[in-house]
Amino acid sequence: MNFIAIKMLMGNRAKYLGIIVGLTFASLLITQQAAIFLGLMTRTFGFLTDTGLPDIWVMDPKVQYIDDLKPLKETESLRVRSVEGVEWAVPLYKGLLKARLPNGTFQACNVVGLDDETLIGGPPKMLEGRLANLRSSDAVIVDVVGAKSKLARTLPDGSRIPMRIGDTMELNDHRAVVVGICQVQRTFQSQPVIYTTFSRATVFAPRERKLMSFVLVKAKPGQDIHALCQRIRRTTGLAAYTRDEFKALTVRYYMKYTGIPINFGTTVILGFIVGVAIAGQTFYNFTLDNIRYFGTLKAMGASDFMLLRMILLQAATVGAIGYGLGVGTASALGLLTGSTELSFRLPWQLLLFSAVAVMLICAGSAVLSMWKVMRLEPAIVFKN
Amino acid sequence: MDSANSIAVLCKGLTKSYGSGNNQVHALCGVDLEVRTGELMMLVGPSGCGKTTLISVIAGVLERDGGECLVFGYDFKQMNPQEKTRYRGKNIGFVFQMFNLIPALTATENVAVPLIINGVKRREALDKAREILCRVGLSDRTHAVPAELSGGQQQRVAIARAMLHDPKLIVCDEPTSALDHETGHKVMELLREVAVGVGRAFIVVTHDARIFKFADRIAKMDDGHIISIENMRTDLSSNTKC
Repeated sequence: MNFIAIKMLMGNRAKYLGIIVGLTFASLLITQQAAIFLGLMTRTFGFLTDTGLPDIWVMDPKVQYIDDLKPLKETESLRVRSVEGVEWAVPLYKGLLKARLPNGTFQACNVVGLDDETLIGGPPKMLEGRLANLRSSDAVIVDVVGAKSKLARTLPDGSRIPMRIGDTMELNDHRAVVVGICQVQRTFQSQPVIYTTFSRATVFAPRERKLMSFVLVKAKPGQDIHALCQRIRRTTGLAAYTRDEFKALTVRYYMKYTGIPINFGTTVILGFIVGVAIAGQTFYNFTLDNIRYFGTLKAMGASDFMLLRMILLQAATVGAIGYGLGVGTASALGLLTGSTELSFRLPWQLLLFSAVAVMLICAGSAVLSMWKVMRLEPAIVFKN
Repeated sequence: MDSANSIAVLCKGLTKSYGSGNNQVHALCGVDLEVRTGELMMLVGPSGCGKTTLISVIAGVLERDGGECLVFGYDFKQMNPQEKTRYRGKNIGFVFQMFNLIPALTATENVAVPLIINGVKRREALDKAREILCRVGLSDRTHAVPAELSGGQQQRVAIARAMLHDPKLIVCDEPTSALDHETGHKVMELLREVAVGVGRAFIVVTHDARIFKFADRIAKMDDGHIISIENMRTDLSSNTKC
């Protein structure tokens, strides 16, 4: 009966294409919008992903997310270092400073100040130059995206020349020399990222009594990280999170205090509704169109189970094709926009999520159709 | 039961009504009927007299309200839905007024459907379907879909489909009403030639008087009753009105 089900499905070209297009759009909208949402959420903790060496991040207890900077006294790093189980603890500066470009315009930049001695917390990948070059006078390292876009020099004809090693700029009226180009994760606010040493960052930054943003901590080998976090909290009165905990805290903040989840969630729900409205309804109509033939099959001895299997096969076929096309298109769009500002993240869990959503749409429409066929009196075949 | 001229269908006091209360319509009001194996019985009468309801009950696609109806000794009322479906699949063939061929399937595939329903392998069913299509004169149209066939050709495909699994009873609902006179005549000739045989009973519902000559017996219905049964062949004993 399977080939009859498939031929019946594909025989009605208009309806078949209608169902496929509906499911493709639903799958595309659900996958693409959720992938952009995930990409955005990933960007919120991009800096944490880049800073892989420390096990624990120590900060002011009032900090709610990675960019919520509440400076600490520099001496706090010494207190943290003294906690039992800490291998090392280094200060980190993170702040938003204005860079003055050669053409006179200003650009807000994320400045990261690394521990002068160890340079712990540096960029994950150097494209040009070396991290150690930060030890030279006025040295900064800029991220490649910032160097090519917001920090690039614009010529009178409108063309842009990327910032290169040896170029200079002013950070809060202080001269800075580019000694390296690095690659980092895109940040949520998409500002250029500038790395320098902690002491130089405090010079660049406006004068404040407290300038240290975080203390980065490495646990001694064999230490229970969570237990160490608790010990640091208890001893110093500061907040201490593992990297994953800090990521979760950041994401929770964005989920709770920004309209992002609602906006994207609305589009995902819209995708689901499109699926139900177009694909589900067309599939049900397709069954209604074929009700006479289902009745004929029933009269000729096809059991309800056979007919239900046919409908399930039809639903599974359009579901698989629509899902494949939708996810394929979403992936292609993700690849095409990979080098742009658009955030896009498509983990396997999201593929599973859209598969479940498409399956629900198909199951819903199949259940309606099956209900109709189950209640069908085979005597319908004699009605004209 | 399967011997020539034994009783294939036996209806006694058959009743069926639709709706309830003031809207109740009595479609069958105590119908008595015998159909014998090897004969072509026509049910004739005006529209709404209960012909289609009667073959629906006989074919087991509609529940009767009262009376008795045995098809080759089996009573559908005693069967559960699965048994009823299985019995229909094995023993009853259908020919419909509008053919009811599945539009997306070729003639061969349409004909093969009853065998596939009965669990026969697809290749084997298609081979048998091609053979029977040759018998009904459609050997050159085996790959055509219904839309590519004329009305007469579609009805021949439907007849082939009804016969393929060799059912004991074939019920036809107005098999010629969608066809012109000549085509209808040919279809009836074909039915008599290939379908009516020893051990098989044939019930045709029609009000096309031009095909009455193909019947062995004609049961006239009106208002849910059989008002007379006319013998068209001298070798069959007559039946009286109910």
